[in-house]
Amino acid sequence: MEVSGLNAWFGDHHVLKDVHMEAGERTVTAIIGPSGCGKSTLIRCLNRMHEEVRGARVTGKVLFNGTDVYAPETDPVEVRRRIGMVFQRPNPFPTMSVMENAVAGLKLGGRLSKSELRQRGEYALRRAGLWGEVKDRLDQPGGRLSGGQQQRLCVARALAVEPEVLLMDEPASALDPSSTLRIEELVEELKDSVTVIIVTHNMQQAARIADWTTFMLNGEVVEADVTEKIFTAPADQRTEDYVTGRFG
Amino acid sequence: MAQVEGPALSPIEAAAPRRRRRFGDSVFRGGSALVAIGLILLLFAILGLLLAQGSEAFRKFGLSFLTGTNWNPVAGRQSFGALPFIFGTMVTSAIAIVLAVPVSVGLALLLSEMPSGWFRNPLAVLVDLLAAIPSVIYGLWAFFVLVPVFDRHVDPFLAHSLGRIPILGALFQIPAANKGGGPGGNLFIAGVVLAVMILPIVTAVTREVVSIVPRELREAAMALGATRYEVIKMSVLPYARSGIVGATMLGLGRALGETIAVAMVVGNGLLIGPSLMRHGYTIPAVIANEFREAATGDHRSALLALAAILVVIALIMAALSRLLVGRTEQVVTAGLAVPEEDVLRAAMGEEE
Amino acid sequence: MTDVAAPTFAPLGTGVGTARKIKNRAFTAGLWICGGLAMLPLLFIATYVIERGLKALSINFFLKTPGIPGQPGGGIAEAFVGTAIIVGIMAVIAVPLGILTAVYLSEYGRGWFASTVRFVAEILLSTPSIVAGAFIWAVVVVRLGAFSGFAAALALCVLVWPIITRATEEVLRLVPQELREGALALGIPRWKVILRIVIPTAGAGIFTAVMLAMARGLGETAPVLLTALGNSFMTVNPSGPMDSLSLRVYVDAQSSYSLDVVQAWAGAFCLLVIVLGLSIGARVIAARQLRRTR
Repeated sequence: MEVSGLNAWFGDHHVLKDVHMEAGERTVTAIIGPSGCGKSTLIRCLNRMHEEVRGARVTGKVLFNGTDVYAPETDPVEVRRRIGMVFQRPNPFPTMSVMENAVAGLKLGGRLSKSELRQRGEYALRRAGLWGEVKDRLDQPGGRLSGGQQQRLCVARALAVEPEVLLMDEPASALDPSSTLRIEELVEELKDSVTVIIVTHNMQQAARIADWTTFMLNGEVVEADVTEKIFTAPADQRTEDYVTGRFG
Repeated sequence: MAQVEGPALSPIEAAAPRRRRRFGDSVFRGGSALVAIGLILLLFAILGLLLAQGSEAFRKFGLSFLTGTNWNPVAGRQSFGALPFIFGTMVTSAIAIVLAVPVSVGLALLLSEMPSGWFRNPLAVLVDLLAAIPSVIYGLWAFFVLVPVFDRHVDPFLAHSLGRIPILGALFQIPAANKGGGPGGNLFIAGVVLAVMILPIVTAVTREVVSIVPRELREAAMALGATRYEVIKMSVLPYARSGIVGATMLGLGRALGETIAVAMVVGNGLLIGPSLMRHGYTIPAVIANEFREAATGDHRSALLALAAILVVIALIMAALSRLLVGRTEQVVTAGLAVPEEDVLRAAMGEEE
Repeated sequence: MTDVAAPTFAPLGTGVGTARKIKNRAFTAGLWICGGLAMLPLLFIATYVIERGLKALSINFFLKTPGIPGQPGGGIAEAFVGTAIIVGIMAVIAVPLGILTAVYLSEYGRGWFASTVRFVAEILLSTPSIVAGAFIWAVVVVRLGAFSGFAAALALCVLVWPIITRATEEVLRLVPQELREGALALGIPRWKVILRIVIPTAGAGIFTAVMLAMARGLGETAPVLLTALGNSFMTVNPSGPMDSLSLRVYVDAQSSYSLDVVQAWAGAFCLLVIVLGLSIGARVIAARQLRRTR
């Protein structure tokens, strides 16, 4: 994925300023920065979710496998099928069961037999590391699971439609530490099959799991590099200030 | 909304000179409390009176009051079987619900789910103004404009098309009794008018209910690559389901009690039959038409018993919908022309 | 957790199939149809009422009372007067009652009693208007043996009291608590704080609420029918039968004389103008208030 010249607004508020970013295939790219720097907005621009907010506007290019996601002929609905998203707060559909949640995206696409749906659902739940815990509770409402389980259910739901990219907007910030760890392990495992782009306010998390890190400040990308370099020998002073905890 | 919760007497007040505080405050507080009690007494009075009359009617007429079809107030041949009215009330309300709820939900979704448009505000205002139109004007228009159109075009059309369907078609057959006089109008058109009248309320409540659906749920569906229709189907409607049922009940309550417009177009027929196109009668309509000549106690208590039935059903509907929908919406049931809270907040200078 | 057997699945399509697109379009079209359907009645009614009503207006209409049935030259002056009297009495009774109840609920009400009152107000809000009329009919008209404008006012009060209470309570709650506390800190007794400070601050909101309640009261026919019966002669005595605008329209509409029907349209026009005027006026006041404080 490649972002070039991306600008985004909420009404008159210029939130992203001429952003450039790259994310390689099957890698984990982290976006870090203090709150309000625009990292959530950036990631939401990648699957065209930003424009769903009233008064939001985007200009620029987001290239996904060479094609511009924002090209006029592109249907945002298609984009979102191939670029999945997991949100900050787990949002399983409350009226659906665990299994129904997992296959919710699949049901949209078309005629899949019941057994195939179930198989794919199971596979997605396994990939999300949730199968073992819910296999006896597949018919229970999705909302009955614990926070960490719900989030993994959301990951499973996103994975079920086999996206090429998985966007994660601070997926563990609403979770307790052990669930956070689970999510991080999950990201490690997913790396082999999906490109992961993760926004996090937790620097250590980025250091732990990301191959590539992008640092943002005030709507601009300050520096983007191999994770190790960002944290040990950053090129920009602002980056250094942030990762050493002088602000943010 | 700032909750005014706290001790009844702030510490500041407690320190005020006792005599002055006690007198003025007690008078005022006592006075307003008295008035508030008055409201409760009013409700009890209404319920008490009507239920008393109702039970008296049952004592006098027995169960046949509800099941009998012979309603004859003429002294000497009196018989009070209220089934035609109960039937008519249920049928017209049912038609109203069947017609209004889908349109209301569609309208509510249009107003809340569609990307912001120039049409949103004007349309919302127009729908709310519909609620302000007095029912006599609905009746006037329906009687002189709708009834001829229905009689000449719509009813025959329905009789020829839907009327052919086995079993269900009986709903749309035009009974022979209609031809040859009698006031115009029938149950069907009364139902249609009711549908228009309850549209604003059901729409307003549904809008509120839909607006409460958390954004995250919508986003979850969108992120999976769902079209607008699919997003609504997956996240909005299931969540809002009970609220929509509540809105329906509010509409139903309103439809049950509507008197004037219905009285003008329902046809005043006492026969019960399968067709919707026959002259019918509803409880509020018969009360309005016959109260004047209710000279005898029996006739009077029969009418009041009908009012009792009406108020009990209406209250049950209100209670049920309150359970399903919650508090704020109740302001809408007053049938006011504007979404109360918005206007009042605006009047108070709060940003919308 | 890493023992994920990857079964071989057929690749999923990534496009949005035409079936889905069609369903989406159809659904959106359906929504728009609903919108159109909702607009039609208002437009139709307004058009007919304005068209037919305007034609029938005349000076006589406003100044004269109904003459000999079937003869031109009459009017419905008594209906206007009657409406003013009935609604006037209703306002004098219901507005203070409604506001006081609201004051109790918002300023003093805590605990089970206040919740009960609120609950009762909500229930009363859903009372069908004919029930209010029937109640007053049974209690006042039948007892006293006479239909009266006063009884009509009472019946309307039954309907309007909870509306004013509910709306006013909402408005009073919007008054910031700091205002009250600041005044109390100055040593002003609570009742003065409410009367002199809280209520005036909520003034515009209360006024709007009363306007809307008036609109409701003006438009109701059934309660007035059952209690005041109507009157073809001019009267200002509320203890006897009285006419009201909506009632007049109702009666005229069902008359067999075409002149009466014409009169009904004219009356409907006036009624519509007044009621919509109040409703729209309330909105305009609110909007202006909003603009002023921005």
